[in-house]
Amino acid sequence: MEKETPIFELKDISYSYPNKLALSHINIQIYKGDFLAIVGPNGSGKSTLLKLILGLLPLQKGDILISGKKINQYKSWEKISYVSQKSNAFSSGFPATVKEVVMSGLTKNKSLFKWFNKDDAAQVDAILERLNISDLKNENIAQLSGGQQQRTFIARALISKPSILILDEPTVGIDARHVSEFYQLLTQLKQEGITIILVTHDIGVVADTASKVACLNQHIHFHGTSESFKSLDEVSISKIYGHPVQFVDHQHDRDCCANEEVEELVQS
Amino acid sequence: MIDAFLNFDFIRYSFISGILVGLIAPLIGAFIVVRRLSLIADALSHVTLGGISMGLFLMSVSPLFATINPIWFGIIFSIAGALLIEQLRTEYKHYQEIAIPIIMSGGIGISVIFISLANGFNQDLFGYLFGSISAVNLSDLFTIIVITIIVLIFVMLLYKSLFVLSFDEEYSKVIGMPKWIQLLFIVIVALVISASMRVVGILLVSSLMTLPVATSMRLAKGFKQLIALSILFGEISVVLGLILSFYLNISPGGIIVGILIIELLASIAYSKVLIKKGGYHLESRGSHSNIEK
Repeated sequence: MEKETPIFELKDISYSYPNKLALSHINIQIYKGDFLAIVGPNGSGKSTLLKLILGLLPLQKGDILISGKKINQYKSWEKISYVSQKSNAFSSGFPATVKEVVMSGLTKNKSLFKWFNKDDAAQVDAILERLNISDLKNENIAQLSGGQQQRTFIARALISKPSILILDEPTVGIDARHVSEFYQLLTQLKQEGITIILVTHDIGVVADTASKVACLNQHIHFHGTSESFKSLDEVSISKIYGHPVQFVDHQHDRDCCANEEVEELVQS
Repeated sequence: MIDAFLNFDFIRYSFISGILVGLIAPLIGAFIVVRRLSLIADALSHVTLGGISMGLFLMSVSPLFATINPIWFGIIFSIAGALLIEQLRTEYKHYQEIAIPIIMSGGIGISVIFISLANGFNQDLFGYLFGSISAVNLSDLFTIIVITIIVLIFVMLLYKSLFVLSFDEEYSKVIGMPKWIQLLFIVIVALVISASMRVVGILLVSSLMTLPVATSMRLAKGFKQLIALSILFGEISVVLGLILSFYLNISPGGIIVGILIIELLASIAYSKVLIKKGGYHLESRGSHSNIEK
C-alpha cells in the first residue's frame, strides 16, 4: 500500500531569534483530517512554529513540506486559512463592517483584479448564519465584544472553504460560554474533514477535542494521540512546562476552566 | 464668481484641479490613515518640495529646462522618496518610523540647497508651498487629470487587496498577496501628493489626505462608508476653500485646512452629543463596548 503523503511535514526545524533559541530539532508530520493541538507554556515557540508553517518567517534550519512540496514552492495557499490571536488580528479602531471583514476572506480565491459579486455576498450571508452572527452583518467590528470579533475572524477563515485551518490561540480574551461554543465548532469542522492545527494554552480542553497533541517547549516533548496525552501524569506535563501544573476539574465546566487554572499555576 | 469661472482660464483650472484633488487625496488618505502611515504623506510632500526646487533652479539656469513643468521633478523625487521609505522600513524592521524623519529632513535639505543656489524663487515657490488659485496652468491640470485617472484605476482594480493590506497586514502575507501591491501603493501616494500640492500647497498637502479621514472615522461604520464620507468632507473643504480664497485673495491652502479643522471639530462635537444621548459609542473604538449577544 502506498504511504499517505503528509499535509505538513516538518523536518528537523530549528529557529533562533537574536540571543534566543525558539525551536530546536522539531519533527512533526500532520496528515489529512488530523486535528493537532500544539500546547506549551508562554515563550515555548508555538507561535514561531506556526509562523514558519505559514511562511511568515524564513526557514533557518530544516525543511517544511506542504503536500509533498517544499514550502517555497507551494502555491495553493488558498487551501489554507489562518485565524490569529484576536488582539493581533486587525488594527484596532479600523472602521470595517463584519460583512466587509468576512468577505475579505474570499480575496485569495478570486483573481487579483476581479470584484466581489452577488454569489460572494450570498456566501457571506451563509457563513454568518452558520456562526450565528447574521445580525452583526452591518456592525462595525471594532465595537463588538471579543467573542463576536473572534467569530467574525473564524467566518473570514471558513468562507473560502479551506481544507486546512490554522489557529493561533484563538480563545484568548474570550468568555467561557463562547470558548465552549468555539470548540464545538472545531469538532464539527474536524468531522467535515478539515485538517486543523490549533495552538493553545487550553491543555485540558484539547485533550478532549483534538485527535493529536504536541507538547512544545523549544523541543517537542510529546507528540501523540490525545488519549495518550490524557494518560500523562501531572509530573510529566509539569516537566514540559518547567513549572508545577495540575489539571483542576470544575464540576460546572472543566473544559473552560482548566486553562485558567494552569495559567494561574504557571504564573505562581 | 460664476462670471470669473466662465471668463478666466486659471479659475476654471483651479476649480477642476481642486475637485479632482478633493477626490483622490481623501481616497488614498483613507488607506494611509487606517494603516497608521499618516506621516508618510508629510515626509513625501517635503521630498516633492526638493524636486520642485530642483526643477525651478534648473529652469532659472538653463532655457533647456524651461519647457519642463517642475511638477514632474516633484513627482520623480516623490516616487524615489517613497521607494526609499519602503527600503528603510525593511532595513529598520523594529524602528520603521525612523524612515520618516530621514526622508523628511533629506527632502528639506535638498530644497534648501536648490533654493539657496537660486537665491530664492519668491512668488513661484510661495505658490508651491501654500497653494495658489492663480498658479494652476493647463499643463498642471493635464498632469492632475492623468494622475486622477491612474489613482482611480488603481483603487478600482485592487480595492479588495488594498482592504486586506490595510485591515490585517499579517493576513495579507498569509494569503500570499503580491509584494508589488504595497510598492505600487506607496508610488500612488507619491503621485497624489504631487497632484495635490498645486491646490493646497506642499506644506499642507498631508492635511487634505488625513483630516477628512480623521473626521469620517468618528462617523463611519464601515470602510466604504469611511471612504465616501472622507471624499465628501474633502470636496466641501476644497470647493469652499477655493471660493473663499478667490474673494478674500488668500492662498487656498490655509483656508482649506481651516475648513477641514472646523469639520473635524464638528464631527468630534457631534459624536460627543451622540455619546451623551447614549447612542453610537464612538469612544469605544480600539477597546470593546462588550455588547455581547
